[in-house]
Amino acid sequence: MLELEALRITRDDRLLVDLTLAIRPGQVVTIMGPSGSGKSTALAAITGTLAPAFARTGRIILNGNDISSLPTRLRRVGLMFQEPVLFPHLSVAGNLAFGLPSSVRGRQARQARIAAALASAGLDGLADRDPATLSGGQKARVALLRTLLAEPAALLLDEPFSRLDAALRAQIRQSVFDSARQAGIPTLLVTHDAEDARAAGGPVLSPLGGTLPL
Amino acid sequence: MTLLRLAPPLTLGLMAVPVAAGLAGTALPAFGNGGAGFARLLDWPGLPRAAALSIGTGLAATVLSLALTVLILAAFAGTPAFARIRRLIAPLLSVPHAAAALGLAFLIAPSGWIARALSPEVTGWETPPDLLILNDPFGLSLTLGLVAKEVPFLLLMALAALPQVDADRRLTIAATLGYGRIAGFVLTVLPALYRQFRLPTYAVLAYGMTTVDMALILGPTLPPTLSAQITLWMSEGGLARRDMAAAAAILQLGLALCALTLWHCVEIVARHLIRATAFHAPRLPQLDRPATLAAHLGSLAVAGSLILGLAALSLWSVAGPWQFPDALPESLTLRTWDSAAPALAATAGTTLGIALAATATAIALTLACLQAETAEHLVPTSRALTLLYLPLIVPQIAFLPGLQTLALRLGLDGTALAVATIHLTFVLPYVFLSLAGPFRAWDGRIATTAATLGASEGRIFWRLRLPMLAGPVLTAFAVGIAVSIGQYLPTLLIGGGRVETLTTEAVALSSGGNRRLIGAYAVLQLLLPAFAFALATAIPAVLWRNRQQMRGLH
Repeated sequence: MLELEALRITRDDRLLVDLTLAIRPGQVVTIMGPSGSGKSTALAAITGTLAPAFARTGRIILNGNDISSLPTRLRRVGLMFQEPVLFPHLSVAGNLAFGLPSSVRGRQARQARIAAALASAGLDGLADRDPATLSGGQKARVALLRTLLAEPAALLLDEPFSRLDAALRAQIRQSVFDSARQAGIPTLLVTHDAEDARAAGGPVLSPLGGTLPL
Repeated sequence: MTLLRLAPPLTLGLMAVPVAAGLAGTALPAFGNGGAGFARLLDWPGLPRAAALSIGTGLAATVLSLALTVLILAAFAGTPAFARIRRLIAPLLSVPHAAAALGLAFLIAPSGWIARALSPEVTGWETPPDLLILNDPFGLSLTLGLVAKEVPFLLLMALAALPQVDADRRLTIAATLGYGRIAGFVLTVLPALYRQFRLPTYAVLAYGMTTVDMALILGPTLPPTLSAQITLWMSEGGLARRDMAAAAAILQLGLALCALTLWHCVEIVARHLIRATAFHAPRLPQLDRPATLAAHLGSLAVAGSLILGLAALSLWSVAGPWQFPDALPESLTLRTWDSAAPALAATAGTTLGIALAATATAIALTLACLQAETAEHLVPTSRALTLLYLPLIVPQIAFLPGLQTLALRLGLDGTALAVATIHLTFVLPYVFLSLAGPFRAWDGRIATTAATLGASEGRIFWRLRLPMLAGPVLTAFAVGIAVSIGQYLPTLLIGGGRVETLTTEAVALSSGGNRRLIGAYAVLQLLLPAFAFALATAIPAVLWRNRQQMRGLH
């Protein structure tokens, strides 16, 4: 369960974000608004990467723990950007291994986990590939796998589908939502696209907390 | 994290403290003894001419270098010729000053390669003519050498700044409004661009006025430039000479400050002139052809004098008998290299050891500074940037004599470690300038993504940022090696004559007549940085042979 308790973010006395909400495991809540409306600022507050120019009040609660002041790496909040942001100097397997917890020990065990993850997404045999040689859809899937392998307790999506073409978009969107539901991860989607919001199936809010009709 | 916090002040200190301590160490003897140093200096009959030479060669070299740089940028930006020039810059920049000067000397001396190529058919000379081409009394050959060495430096600085001022789109807009290339560039790009390379231009001016190694090789002799004379007094030793040298160093600092102030005034006037001219909107397309021709000739002269000069050095190092009017030696031999091998190897070893120590330290400090900037959300101030340029703008000849006196008192002079430490002061700014851009431009979303995957700051730095920046780090490394190998005055003064590097040896040999041995030292001085740059290109190519995006292919 991901809860925002009166999360308010201001910059130069301008209120950008004012949210109180609770996302159940497997549920997808959407924040929708035009660009510059503070959607991504809300996500930055939840990942703990808010620039010093912003001021935050309120609390972020994940599974009962207040994570508001934890460093990013300890929050267990997964994030997907507009672009896949694969690490260009690592192979596909190297990218996935970067996400896999170090508690999975031994080269063989780790390779097996990576191969299984790739197979589950229909990406068999791509382990040693240069990420730059993948198609747009493949890159998006690898980015999703990398995020999920880290076993996040919550998932944040920063317009992750906006760069994909229409056919691919529906497909990738579906597999992201399905994966989140299956794993029982509370998910927060940020988008300016009403179709994304409809597909998410959960409540839709503005960054300042109002409920939006679709 | 706390250790990282110490990196920026430590780094700035390593650059500022030697300069400040050195200046104090120079001022004390200069003004001590009731000003006896200054009194002796004023009695020296060569003073007016030496001072005039310093100002004249420095200003002329800076004006010419800047003009040629602007001409090349204006005439070639966006053309295929520009791509060729761009590829030449890094290798030309890595040529140490002394090697460039020696190469030029081998070309233009009365018995140099040009005279040999033209004799006796064109000139009718059967013996070298009795002309004072090299070491000419007006410092013309010194000015030429400075221009050849500084144009690549200014071009490199401009290349880094061009995208920041959105040059391509400004030039396109000017062209669609009917402006010629030159007018379009000067009126729309130059004012913003110059703001970005003002500090490098100051460094060029200060260096041009006070260079010692180039002045000893190419400059006039009776009297030499003020800086060269200070060095000669310093190496003669004796307390009286030292006081006189210190007084002259303070005078030289004053002259440099005056020239910089004058330059700054000219900047202001030029800025108003450009603005006033722009109001009348002269398209000046008729300038384009002559300017392009001048840019062609100028860049050819710069690249040609460096490349042919280096070819002459290499040829002499393997030359057998080579009588005067012959264009080429009678035979080639490795005898020079053979007989000098033990000395060459020892000197090259010392040179490389010092360069590696100074550069590795500079890279580590620079990375620590930049990482601290990221981790602590520090914003670099313009004051910090000026401090970075301090060792490049304050003339070496003004603070190194004082620093030598201090080192002598503390018993720290004359060791390779002391020389490497002072090299660090000069290597740091270049390494920082070379690495800061790529480091700051690194995609921050990668760090955010990695942090959300549970990676620590350390892991993000060592596993992602550093490997992804391997190319820029290696380039900065090569730059550092080249800067260190090129240092003459710091090596000479702090080394107390007991630490011999390829550069100090090559300059020392230059007054003698053994061209073969000079060639060998200069070639080696050239090869070490060239090798470093080759490695900096080759290693990323091998490392990223299967990673398209890392090779800039998208």
